[in-house]
Order: sequence, then C-alpha cells, then structure tokens
Amino acid sequence: MSDEIIAATVTITGHGGDEIEAYLARPTGSQRRGGVVVIHHMPGYDASTKEIVRRFAADGYAALCPNLYSREAPGASPDDAAAAVRAAGGVPDERLVGDVDGAARYLNGLDGANGKIGVIGFCSGGRQTFLSACSLKIDAAVDCYGAFVVNEPPAGMPASMKPLLGLAPDLSCPLLGLFGADDQYPAPDEVATLAAELDKYGKTHEFHSYEGAGHAFFSSDRPSYRPEAAVDGWQKILGFYGRHLSA
Amino acid sequence: MCTYLTEKIAIEGSGKGANGWFGLSHATVYVDHPVHARFAHTVNIDFLNPSQGPSARVAVELTEEDALALVAAIQTALGAAPAGLASRDQ
Repeated sequence: MSDEIIAATVTITGHGGDEIEAYLARPTGSQRRGGVVVIHHMPGYDASTKEIVRRFAADGYAALCPNLYSREAPGASPDDAAAAVRAAGGVPDERLVGDVDGAARYLNGLDGANGKIGVIGFCSGGRQTFLSACSLKIDAAVDCYGAFVVNEPPAGMPASMKPLLGLAPDLSCPLLGLFGADDQYPAPDEVATLAAELDKYGKTHEFHSYEGAGHAFFSSDRPSYRPEAAVDGWQKILGFYGRHLSA
Repeated sequence: MCTYLTEKIAIEGSGKGANGWFGLSHATVYVDHPVHARFAHTVNIDFLNPSQGPSARVAVELTEEDALALVAAIQTALGAAPAGLASRDQ
C-alpha cells in the first residue's frame, strides 16, 4: 500500500451550522476508504495532533481533526487558543458532539468514502470520544486515557462536564480503550467500572492497561512518553480500525 | 492528567506579549500540562485580555516549588513597600 498522502486545512460545518476550521489528510489513491475523526486534546489543535491525522492517512484513511477552538480563537496559535477557551469555561459537550458529527459528515462526503467512521481522542479527547460514540452513529471508537467518563469531576470543573457512564447503553460501536496502569485520571478502578458497565449492556469493547505507563504515554514530545506502550498501542489502534472500518 | 480546573480572576494592570504592551483584564491559574517547560505538569499562569483576542496573552509555566516561591516573593515585595503604594486606589 502506498503511503502517499495529501493534507490541507478545510472548512467544515460544525454544531449549530457554524463554519469551523479542520485539518484533513487523506491518501492520494482512489481506493474506497473509511474516515477517522481525530479529537484534539485540551492543549489544542496543535502540531502533534496534526501528525496523528497524517498517520491515519498514511495508513489508508481519510482523517479529519476539527479545530474545537475555531469559534473563540480563529487563527490563533494553538496554545493561545487553548488558554482562551480554558478561560472561557471549555468546550460544551453538546457543541463537541455537533462538531464531531459535522466532521463525520464531511468525511462521508469525500470521494472514495465507504461510509464507515472511526473516532479517536486522547486525554480530554478520550472522554469526548466516548461521548461522541454514545451520541452519534459511529463504527469504531478509540478512547485513549479519557478521564471523567466514570467519576464525578471535582468541584470547580466546568458545569457542562458530567460523568458519561449513564450513556453506556447508547454506545453505538465497538470501543477500544488504551490506558496507563499508573494513571490516576482515569485510575484503574474507573477503567474497570467502565468495562463492567459495558459488559452489563453487552457492548463490545477491548481495553488494555499498560504497566509502567501513566497518562499521555502516546505523547512523544512529553516526559510521559512510554515507547513500548505507544508502539503497541498504535498497532492495536490500526488493527482495530482495520477490522471495523474496512469497506 | 488534564486537571481541567482553572482559577480565574479579574485583574487590572498591563503585560507585555508577543505584540508589545497591552492592558490586562483577567488571569487564569491551573496545574496542567505545559506547552514548553520540560515537565509533565506545571503551574500555568496566563495573563489575558480576551477583548483583544487570544494572542493578548502573557504565559508562564512554573514548577510547583517555583510558583510557591513566586507567591512568597510577591508577598515579601509588597510587605517591604508602604501599604497601598501599588493599590488600584493609590
């Protein structure tokens, strides 16, 4: 398979009909392919997230990351945008779902789209991935160490941020969860609670917790990077999408 | 982890950002991942003026020890000056 790709900034229609910025990468070939929506982490629509988008394209998917901070900080640098949105109270859950829906519709409108959509997010994006997969018709979801899916957030968190465990019956697709055994957000007991809840409703899921890894073990530009966990995690992600997003 | 928790206060003063000096209206303080500092987590302080856009921002990322030392240094400096000298009602 060729790993030739093309990448560009595009405009998509997000929640409430808003025009928002997004980063698109896709293979140059004409084969039919699935789409992957990448939900960026709290630090924003940054270089490392765009690298993830390109990685999925190199593996044969059309991948798209909506800039969740487009409305508050159009054109701003990712760190300034993240600071502005944090100061303004964060991204409301309802808006996030609308933006992911818009990204999925955009991907399904591209030439070669096979109609299958995967969603993936890291950290805050992991929680938002679970939210999206319980709110929208998705084909495969990957939650990388998303916190506050199970436990109540501490006092002082944005009022819009609620635990999502009650949405488990609505999960629309298989869920791959990748976690660090040393992580406290989410801690291993939260991961176990989520797995039990999904078992209760017969929801297909595959969870892996890596020993010696904490939060953000995929982040190759941070001290939390754990190469063994990250390399194995990427293999699991691409295998999972290969099974669930093929034409 | 992302703490999500953010302390936000209204402030009055000025800061110097990438485009020069600007008036400040707010500050946020949070413990979370830094963008630049060589640690997994830092105490992050943003001095902002949202009315002038997201780039009207002065940002620092400090270790816990140094953030506390900064608090102490501010208190020492204020304690050494006559009360009210730097007040908004001076």
